[in-house]
Amino acid sequence: MSLKKAASPFQFVTEVSLTRLTTRKASNLTELLKHLSEVSGSSIYLHTHHFLKQHQFLSPEPPNDFAHWVNSALQDERLAEKLASIDTVRFTTIRSLREKIIQTIQVHMEKNKSRRDAPPGDEFRFMQAVSFVMPTPFVAWDLQEFSNALKKISINSLYHHIFEARIRGNQDSNDFFNWFAHELGEIQLAQAIAKMDPYTQTLEGLRKRIITQVDKQIREAEHAKA
Amino acid sequence: MQKLDHYIPIVGENEISELKLIAQKLAGKKIVNVNSTSTGGGVAEILNRMIPLLKDMGVDASWEVIKGGEKFFDVTKKFHNALHGKKESIAPEDYECYSETVEQNYENISLESDILFIHDPQPAALVKERKKHDNRWVWRCHIDLSERDEQLWNFLKPLVERYDAAVFSAPAFAQELLTPQVLIAPSIDPLSDKNKELPQDTINEVVSRFKINPERPIVTQVSRFDYLKDPVGVIQAYKMVKPYVDCQLVLAGGSAADDPEGAKVLADVQEEAGNDPDIFILNLPPTSHIEINALQRASTIILQKSLKEGFGLTVAEGLWKGKPVIAGAVGGIPLQITHKYSGILTHSVEGTAYWLKQLLQSPDYAKKLGENGKEHVRNNFLLTRHLRDYLLLFLSLYHPDKSLIYL
Repeated sequence: MSLKKAASPFQFVTEVSLTRLTTRKASNLTELLKHLSEVSGSSIYLHTHHFLKQHQFLSPEPPNDFAHWVNSALQDERLAEKLASIDTVRFTTIRSLREKIIQTIQVHMEKNKSRRDAPPGDEFRFMQAVSFVMPTPFVAWDLQEFSNALKKISINSLYHHIFEARIRGNQDSNDFFNWFAHELGEIQLAQAIAKMDPYTQTLEGLRKRIITQVDKQIREAEHAKA
Repeated sequence: MQKLDHYIPIVGENEISELKLIAQKLAGKKIVNVNSTSTGGGVAEILNRMIPLLKDMGVDASWEVIKGGEKFFDVTKKFHNALHGKKESIAPEDYECYSETVEQNYENISLESDILFIHDPQPAALVKERKKHDNRWVWRCHIDLSERDEQLWNFLKPLVERYDAAVFSAPAFAQELLTPQVLIAPSIDPLSDKNKELPQDTINEVVSRFKINPERPIVTQVSRFDYLKDPVGVIQAYKMVKPYVDCQLVLAGGSAADDPEGAKVLADVQEEAGNDPDIFILNLPPTSHIEINALQRASTIILQKSLKEGFGLTVAEGLWKGKPVIAGAVGGIPLQITHKYSGILTHSVEGTAYWLKQLLQSPDYAKKLGENGKEHVRNNFLLTRHLRDYLLLFLSLYHPDKSLIYL
């Protein structure tokens, strides 16, 4: 079988992170808003993404940290629901995601005048991620090698190519989409991958779905050749 | 001695390969851990487990201990208590004794190493000697500082600010500091006696030794007899549930022989329990790791109804056994349990009773919580994650102020 070879291989990298503490904390929505506009992008990133890795086995996953805190500490279910339903996958930059979170809270505060404080000890504490990216031994030149590698890479590697590369690299889509579309010319496969919402399924579930799509494409290529 | 590869069946080959990959990036760096005791206490326990594993990955890690007289350790015991929020009177000569003793250790400690990883306040003042060496210094605080003594902290803070990084176990322990602060939660070792898999025969033997009926639901809280663990509240919650579900309650705690308050708590617990034959109050010696492990594995539900906690690793231990855990929403417990996803968080005796009854009567949901809890611990609170955080911490020292680092 000869599948189309890419001009440049797909180099799987992995990403692990360390959490840095800050002294910023919020007891209520006004304080939360102030910090949201001032904290680093890596803080917004951590609080909207870390649950994906920490709770990778859960589906449905707990919401982002802001929604979780607004619900559990401020007991504002309405706002919590709005924050949880922010469609993270639509945002290609941390800046635009930050603006959406801020705007969601501002709109809610204009309509709802009651201001509740979190109980002492339940304040929202801002943290930020320090991410480390390293190459792995896995490299793919064609779809078969890609499928084989995808079965073996760590969850951290999958996470990087799907989430981190996109939102922190300010790309329109994830790394897999870019390689399929631009290196292999597999537009249909790339689009199928782009359509998946990685935020509403577990990473293992996502891995299986991508492998299924890639293997389907391999079979079709074989069939066309025969 | 444990090898890193022994953890492959537990966390998977990928996780271990990644650890080795990260460790390679520290090639050539000599890392020295410094604390104040080689035996006893949580820090020594962690270092005893970690140093061989770091070496197994090829990291040049070692461990040195500062020396001091009885007075020095009396003073640092006061420091420890005061940082935990206990009222202590610390005299000017106590501070002098502390500083002088640490200075006397300058010659004994490998201060020229690439990374000095200093644990807790006892050796913290070693950093005063750092100007002579072009290396990196990290202060690892294992103590809950959320209610620390102000005067003592004012003495320690300038020392801590001479470090390149300070490490705390929970977000609430963060301080106003010029030094970057890192969150590294503690961990449990899945291969230790307290947490390793046990043969069913061992579990049966322990349950039968304590005359607990394995055929009826078992609700267990493991903790020393301390008011902050609210064992009396646990019995009250059990009593509210007992009319609806014929369960048994096990309170397994440490020996209270040298702790006058512990003896009083134990007496209160016994009084609250009365002569209910389904309440088992087990005052176990501190070496009863297998017994504790077996009791947790035999349990239907595990409680940790703490009123105040440092990190509360007994929660991770319970979750690791795949059990549904109901715990007080205090200290580091909310980091370990996401309410209604990987366990239950409560704030009162009534809330604990409500959820206890719910879970005893909804075994499928309880099972799901237990499974989720176990996976959460696998991903976040095992020794391998702790090792990874330490490796990343060391690497981060060479990339200050960066949030995305390509290695």
